[in-house]
Amino acid sequence: MSKSSSRFSAAALVTFFGLVTVLTTYGFASKDWLPVVASEHGVLVDGVIAYLLITTGVIFVIGHGVLICFVWRYSVPDEDSSGEGSSDGSTSRPAYKPVSRKTEWKWALIPVLVMAVVSEVGVLFLGIPVFKDVYGETPADAVQAEVVAYQFGWFVRYPGADGKFGRTDPKLVHRTDNPVGLVEEDPDAKDDVVVPSGLLFLPVDRVAFIRLRSHDVLHSFCIPQFRVKQDIVPGFTATTQFKPTKTGQFEIACAELCGLGHYEMRGLVDIQTVEEFESQLVEEGPWFGDY
Amino acid sequence: MEPVSHAPQGLLGKYVFSFDHKVIGIQYLITAMVMAIFASFLAVIIRMQLASPENKIILPETYLSVVTIHGTIMVFFVISLGLVSGLGNLLIPLCVGARDMAYPFLNMLSYWTIVPACLLILASFLVEGGAAAAGWTSYPPLSALAEAVPGSGLGQTLWLLAMALFIASFTMGGLNYLTTILNMRARGMSMMRMPLVVWTFLIATVLGLLAFPALTAAAIMLLFDRHGGTSFFLSSGMIFGDEVLANEGGTPLLFQHLFWFLGHPEVYVLVLPAIGVAFDIIATYTRRPLFGYRLSVYSLLVIAFLSMIVWGHHMFVTGMNPYVGEYFSIATVLITLPFTVLGLNLIASLWRARMRLTTAMLFALGTVSAVGTGGLGGLYLGTAAADIFFHETYFVVGHFHFMIGTVTFLALFGAIYHWFPKMFGRMLNEKLGKLHFWLTIVPMFTMFILMHFQGLGGSLRRTYTQIYDFSEGGAALHPWISGVAYVVVGAQILFFVNFFFSAFAGGRVGDNPWRSTTLEWSTSSPPPHGNWEGDLPVVERDPYEYGEGGTEGDFSPQAAAQGAS
Repeated sequence: MSKSSSRFSAAALVTFFGLVTVLTTYGFASKDWLPVVASEHGVLVDGVIAYLLITTGVIFVIGHGVLICFVWRYSVPDEDSSGEGSSDGSTSRPAYKPVSRKTEWKWALIPVLVMAVVSEVGVLFLGIPVFKDVYGETPADAVQAEVVAYQFGWFVRYPGADGKFGRTDPKLVHRTDNPVGLVEEDPDAKDDVVVPSGLLFLPVDRVAFIRLRSHDVLHSFCIPQFRVKQDIVPGFTATTQFKPTKTGQFEIACAELCGLGHYEMRGLVDIQTVEEFESQLVEEGPWFGDY
Repeated sequence: MEPVSHAPQGLLGKYVFSFDHKVIGIQYLITAMVMAIFASFLAVIIRMQLASPENKIILPETYLSVVTIHGTIMVFFVISLGLVSGLGNLLIPLCVGARDMAYPFLNMLSYWTIVPACLLILASFLVEGGAAAAGWTSYPPLSALAEAVPGSGLGQTLWLLAMALFIASFTMGGLNYLTTILNMRARGMSMMRMPLVVWTFLIATVLGLLAFPALTAAAIMLLFDRHGGTSFFLSSGMIFGDEVLANEGGTPLLFQHLFWFLGHPEVYVLVLPAIGVAFDIIATYTRRPLFGYRLSVYSLLVIAFLSMIVWGHHMFVTGMNPYVGEYFSIATVLITLPFTVLGLNLIASLWRARMRLTTAMLFALGTVSAVGTGGLGGLYLGTAAADIFFHETYFVVGHFHFMIGTVTFLALFGAIYHWFPKMFGRMLNEKLGKLHFWLTIVPMFTMFILMHFQGLGGSLRRTYTQIYDFSEGGAALHPWISGVAYVVVGAQILFFVNFFFSAFAGGRVGDNPWRSTTLEWSTSSPPPHGNWEGDLPVVERDPYEYGEGGTEGDFSPQAAAQGAS
């Protein structure tokens, strides 16, 4: 390999690392990639993400900066001998002397401390408040709803005026006649509202407490704009809660591979004013309304 | 171990059912290359389907099979076979100064167990219902019930059998690695004189031996659920077509725990040897001792320990107790600390170097950048609060393609360019190699960084086509990623041509063309059966004694007598 081709490699590598650094940083910063946030804890999640973007961004730039400098400064013409007679004088080569234990630790200490602070601050100081909102206590005035996932769609149920969900039985499930398998004999089930279309409607600025059940395989209840994602595992009832802060319609996606229709398992959540919400509940009426 | 005890006799014994670790290593490498052709072909199909939102070039169920088998082959039958089994077999006895592996017969058996596994995976496309379609993670109920998805028929059974064979093969190979490294090191080769690449093989092996049996158990239980009517992973009340299944008492979550008990350490089984390779290559081409050898070894050990106790970070949103999730989150991001030490040592090793940018060195430096770039993405996913958003998005896809796709492939290529002379006594073409490097690293970084943007935009993975409004911004990048993907797949033709042409007609080289210190370079290229003519070398020195005034100019081989310079 000639001297010029080696310099070409060094220049190309430095350019490449430089472009990776600049374009990646620019890519993250140039555009707000995140879907517009529309829930209370979502703002906190975005805070964690912004924190990570900034801290890891700085580390990423510094690391690559050093790499770029070293590649440019310390690369020498490529030759198959040990470089005897090479006279570019860029480096001196002392005799073999391994780095002392002390130097190793000294250099490792500061980066490790920085990383420890960066990573655990994200998890503990910024992350735990999010967990408090998502998994913590539910306020007394929370709206309750149940979302039932199946291949490949959603059913929605509200507990009705008594605030209690009636019993369900999988044997009673019928796609059109009894989508969630309500037990008619159960008094709590009498006023349950079932929405077979799967439209989830909720009031704005009130915490929604959602029960999640699956009829068949794994699904995941995901509303990207609310920063909500909760797997639905057949066999037990998962829960999640969030407080929508904007009215309008938002997409619900299934975020766990559930079969060939997974990609089109779209649902909708409609965030309404409290009055609209109350009147739509009345309009839907109890599933066993005729009795 | 006396070499004569299994000296090859006849063509079959020499090239097919060979007991010689060097032949077995090359067999693994070539098997991995063949499997890589299939997996890349599947990747091209995926990218063609995703290139435009209206595309329907394959059916949705076929898409899921293609995604599943692409992932399975790449993880278990390309990277693991090539980097861990191929390179490990080739290097371990040579680097520690042994005549062969501890159990040559077991070694041969290990290779011939993986061959049927590869065939089963490939054959699964031909059976009714097609290949497994539950993702490479194969979560039940999808993977347990034929009703759930078309690929969950015979294809899924073949997948499980292939995985069981893979684990059996890895276990045989792993026992060999462990025993050879612990018991068969040459005189003077203390543990702290082993090249870092051998350390990473040792640690990867121990991780594999501890973690893989969990998946064997899971695979057997899943086979019972599928064919024996049991309900290990199936709960009551599952409804398919208004029919309620009779299963009750199990939970799909159990499988997830068992899978990730294997799955997470598996990531490190692949990534650590890649980092080991980068260290060894960097030492040779910088002509300097590695910075922080000891601390790197300790860091590797800490990473190995932590990797066994963080599997739950793949399951933050499954409904596990949030306090357990917080524990997994705290432990997971702790892994960044030893990784920081490794990254620091890799970069600091370049300081005041005399860096020769050979093809191998270019790949090693690419690996360093990829470890950093991809590794930082791990923080987003390990922080449970952020993972609520990122889980199951393209951010995850981009992240693991960086860590167990880009890092491992770059290191594997670097390793092949570096150790090719030892394998065949010939050189790979350097000009072609550099072209191959550029046409590999640029597309790989481009694809997988763009996928991080897509994930930030909320694009969901494992989707046949993009239908959501919220992720339109991310989906707009799909055509670009596809275009770049075709380039990187096509560029590998350069590598195949270079590899097979040079194996037979490359320029001949001496025993130690890179003027390297470690023990594998102290014998002829390629080494004879039994690795060293005459006595085994006696190790006198540290692994990376580069510097003026060495016994050979600017370096002293590990076996050079002290005071000889």
